[in-house]
Amino acid sequence: MTAALVQVEGLVKHFRVERGLFRVGRPRRLVRAVDGVSFAISAGRTLGLVGESGCGKSTVARSTLRLIEPDAGSVAAGPRQLRALRRRMQIVFQDPYGSLNPRMTVRQTLAEPLAIHRLARGAEAERRIAALLEEVGLDPTFANAYPHELSGGQRQRVGIARALSVEPEFVVLDEAVSALDVSVQAQVLNLLTDLQQRRRLTYLFIAHDLAVVKYIADQVAVMYLGRIVEHAPAAALYQAPRHPYTRSLLSAIPVPNPNAARQRIVLPGDVPSPVAPPPGCHFHPRCPHPKKNDLCRVETPRLREVAPAHFAACHFAEEPM
Amino acid sequence: MTEPLLRVRDLKTYFVTEQGSGTARAVDGVSFEVHPGETLGIVGESGCGKTVTSLSILRLIPEPPGHIRPGSFIEFEGRNLLTLAPKELRAIRGNQIAMVFQEPMTSLNPVFTAGDQIGEAAVVHQGLSRKAARRRAIDMLRLVGIPDPEERVDHYPHQLSGGMRQRVMIAMALICHPKLLIADEPTTALDVTIQAQILELLDRLQADLGMAVMLITHDLGVVAGSADRVIVMYAGQIVEQAPTVELFARPLHPYSEGLMASVPRIDAPPRQRHGRLHTIPGQVPAATAWPPGCRFHPRCPYAWDRCRQEEPPLLDAGTGEPGTHTVRCWLLTEPRRRTPRP
Repeated sequence: MTAALVQVEGLVKHFRVERGLFRVGRPRRLVRAVDGVSFAISAGRTLGLVGESGCGKSTVARSTLRLIEPDAGSVAAGPRQLRALRRRMQIVFQDPYGSLNPRMTVRQTLAEPLAIHRLARGAEAERRIAALLEEVGLDPTFANAYPHELSGGQRQRVGIARALSVEPEFVVLDEAVSALDVSVQAQVLNLLTDLQQRRRLTYLFIAHDLAVVKYIADQVAVMYLGRIVEHAPAAALYQAPRHPYTRSLLSAIPVPNPNAARQRIVLPGDVPSPVAPPPGCHFHPRCPHPKKNDLCRVETPRLREVAPAHFAACHFAEEPM
Repeated sequence: MTEPLLRVRDLKTYFVTEQGSGTARAVDGVSFEVHPGETLGIVGESGCGKTVTSLSILRLIPEPPGHIRPGSFIEFEGRNLLTLAPKELRAIRGNQIAMVFQEPMTSLNPVFTAGDQIGEAAVVHQGLSRKAARRRAIDMLRLVGIPDPEERVDHYPHQLSGGMRQRVMIAMALICHPKLLIADEPTTALDVTIQAQILELLDRLQADLGMAVMLITHDLGVVAGSADRVIVMYAGQIVEQAPTVELFARPLHPYSEGLMASVPRIDAPPRQRHGRLHTIPGQVPAATAWPPGCRFHPRCPYAWDRCRQEEPPLLDAGTGEPGTHTVRCWLLTEPRRRTPRP
């Protein structure tokens, strides 16, 4: 195992929300978006961070880059603190429509980071922009285009080129392929794999789709209500998931095979509100585990090693389901 | 074979584009049938025409800029929906044919309660009193599995979660016991565990109520689990039509084949490090300028001269009853050109 390029320890981010329309005199509520998340990613590897809406995965992404300031915890990349290294950490967002400035050409979008970080100007910038476009599979003539002239897949390639323009080591991909059609999604996933190899990039790949993550991640962490409930090498997680939430998630994904004989675990109810998460194990009200008992309602299971390098936060992770 | 419930013949729905620069042929000669009680899946990527097809059936296409071309024909239980007077159409829409849309937040009216919106169709179509409609709405909420229906009936959409809103949409659609439910990406906006709940619910309700379902989705996994037959659309046309098991076992159109190969699969063996997904090169062309000949030829690994010049009709694959598996591809006439992929 190579040394960790990125190390996140005990990340906490709570958001205060005002109550109601008229805010005076009402108690504030706390949304526990991220509640003590730790992980490390080795250089040149990919950690897949998965979970459903509201589980806190995007807040983890933004806190890791300090696009929002975490309440507690540390984020370190190598020996130096991360903030000075913003140039070396970049992010690609989900929405290729919302994340590009509609009034800027692709050239302007790509030239800006080069200028801000004093990497290149003039003819050198022009040369770099052409090379970047080519690297993400776009013809250099796209430099003159505005975002509305591009398809979703092309826009996402521009978003990737912009992230790469400052030569980062670490890239956060926040639902970067989720909005794309299947055939385009496959193209962009292959591009990301190629870029990782060529530039030895380290990825934090955030997605709700476990099938997509399976193709790109070396390690996978599953989040539920602000906490990581399972963290394992990808092969182990998909073959032998230990947390009942991971097991249910995997079983719920529709498989493009009409003859598949699968036991679909349908979880009851919705994800509870992160304003008032259930006590003990956050998952206990929906948990289908046959061994579930009073302990789950009282005691929060900690993330513990249940098999070599395989961590799960469940009192009954060793028991069959 | 029973008489079809819905028969669509040569449906063409075109849009005049804003700049007046051309006509977008969004749906361009689509024909299919839906039989009572069956689930027909319609799959394809953005812009293939699947949603416009479903909106055309209910005549929900905004005119202008859109219009359904003369010569198109949509028959429901023997009546041509395209020539019905607005009043007759309203008696069918929401009553015998109902629709569930993708976006449960924007399809529900934020200023009316769930109960008002569910009950409205029963008031309009069945002449129920407000009070009776409210009771029916509570029954429907119970049917779609919403806890505490007596309380939830008075809730507004913003008080409901995404999964509950989609259940309310389904309750709205089903209150008049429609013979045909058109579900357009009913689970796309939902998380996977909630999607599983909604798909189970639709399966159960279909079995209980005996209705036919047109399930429109981009998700091959959803189709594989729910549909009896599948239509694959590309560039405004049907490119392949087959029973679900047959299509997944033997996709014959190169687009269907490519689409299935490019889906990341949870049931695939563990990936090779830096393994690659299959891709379909290029992108879907613009609806104002479909390529000549076969519309898929610029992206097709097998295309030859004929494909560039001559548009293929839907050809019979020769399996089972004639017409059960049809494919819009010249490869069916020259199968030996289906060489291993480059």
